[in-house]
Amino acid sequence: MKLSKEEKEYLEGKHGNAAKKAMEILVALGKIYSAKRLITVDSVQISGVSYHTIGDAGLELLEDLAKDGKIKVPLTTLNPAGIDIENWQCLGIDKNFAEKQQRILSAFKKIGVIVSCTCTPYLIGNIPKYGSHIAWSESSAVCFANSIIGARTNRESGLSSLASAITGKTPDYGLHIEKNRKPKYLVEVKANLTDITDFGALGKIIGEKIGGEIPLIRGISDADLDELKSLCASIATFGGTALFHIKDLTPEKVKAPKKKLYITSADIEKAKNSFFDTNEYDFIAIGCPHASITEIQQIASALDGKMVKKEFWVFCARPVKKISDLMGYTEVIEKAGARFACDTCMAVAPLKGRFNGMITNSAKACFYGRGSNNFKVRLATLEECIKVALN
Amino acid sequence: MHKGGFKLILKGRKISSGKAEGECLFSEQPISFFGGIDPDTGIIIEKGHPLEGVNIAGKILIFPHGKGSTVGSYTIYRLKKNKKAPAAMILKECETIVAIGAIISEIPCIDKIKIEKLNKITMLKVDADKAVVIF
Repeated sequence: MKLSKEEKEYLEGKHGNAAKKAMEILVALGKIYSAKRLITVDSVQISGVSYHTIGDAGLELLEDLAKDGKIKVPLTTLNPAGIDIENWQCLGIDKNFAEKQQRILSAFKKIGVIVSCTCTPYLIGNIPKYGSHIAWSESSAVCFANSIIGARTNRESGLSSLASAITGKTPDYGLHIEKNRKPKYLVEVKANLTDITDFGALGKIIGEKIGGEIPLIRGISDADLDELKSLCASIATFGGTALFHIKDLTPEKVKAPKKKLYITSADIEKAKNSFFDTNEYDFIAIGCPHASITEIQQIASALDGKMVKKEFWVFCARPVKKISDLMGYTEVIEKAGARFACDTCMAVAPLKGRFNGMITNSAKACFYGRGSNNFKVRLATLEECIKVALN
Repeated sequence: MHKGGFKLILKGRKISSGKAEGECLFSEQPISFFGGIDPDTGIIIEKGHPLEGVNIAGKILIFPHGKGSTVGSYTIYRLKKNKKAPAAMILKECETIVAIGAIISEIPCIDKIKIEKLNKITMLKVDADKAVVIF
């Protein structure tokens, strides 16, 4: 791999120890994936933030890197943490956990990372340009950036994206290269998709059928931001897919490949029913990926003047909650007995054992609810989730 | 090692710099650091792993490749902090989890080595800067 003078200086430690390690990581990855060079990135999203997932080892490492590490990419945002920074006590989080989590966030902040704590950076201002090279981790956001925005990123890990933030570079391989962005499968959707759960189910089916390959999806006439967000999360969770194309909807123009597969309404129903473990719920979870302001509007309008009878949590980015506060949605939702959980989510907060049955409109949340938290789960539309909450 | 002064050298690819010399531990199976090794003791705890119960601390660990969660990179770092890390790692094909773990923990690491040639070796030297294994 060819390195510039400046890149070599990083390796020699001329920009400090954190920068040296960061460059070593990127060069090693470049070698592993046979990259010929490093390229400049202009946006970064970093995962591996929750104390629940990275533990003491992650905390110690970040504090070490924060000694002399500084970001070079100003637009560097952060994935959800394990706690709501302002409201962790009300959500029943252990004090020791909260303290360790705060130290992790302080270390990121010292490095210069914007401690946005959301899996939807594109909802709070981290929107890269079409065709630009970026280094994102968080599988659902990676998929959104590649597919919906048309920026270019591989599926980075928490540490490789941090290394890119510190050096401003990433190795040039995989999805950074145009020819690797072509679809391998043509997916014909013969079903009318009308709800977020339909898109979650579609993502599960495609992900499980084609794994990490790139599909061109045909037969979706329209999809809104929330539906696309759900599809990205699901296809990445169940298939490791980092990029898809939808005919006439996503920005990259690609030719249809020969390998075809069909998805019918029956397949969609079957996929939705695969998330039906129970009829008893003590936890309603909305906002995986983090809820948009339109989803919060819908919740507020459905809960207005009513009272929920079960734990009902809305997960979202803090700036989105601020808009909700401003519009009075927060007041309506909290008056109805539901709660907001900002900066965190059901996949990375320490919720294991807290609840038994979770109902949600997110296929990804079902996967992590089962796997990480041992919940029984059910996938249902927002309307059904609210009905369960009120009865 | 160094029988009759004769040295065998295998050349690979540098992943993480440094030198080490010592006792080897050979694993024919891949290793999952996250959940597969106890970061406080260095003992392999993965159920059914051929080396279950064996300690990797201070050894020159030879294995085909890593597997499992990307959190494994942090586990390697934690092993190092607890002084239970391997002295060096030699792999057939290094993937990102082990590569990043080795770099942040400053553990010498090389790959592209025909590790099957090392399965009977008890002691060896690693010079990761020159990307060689000497025995």
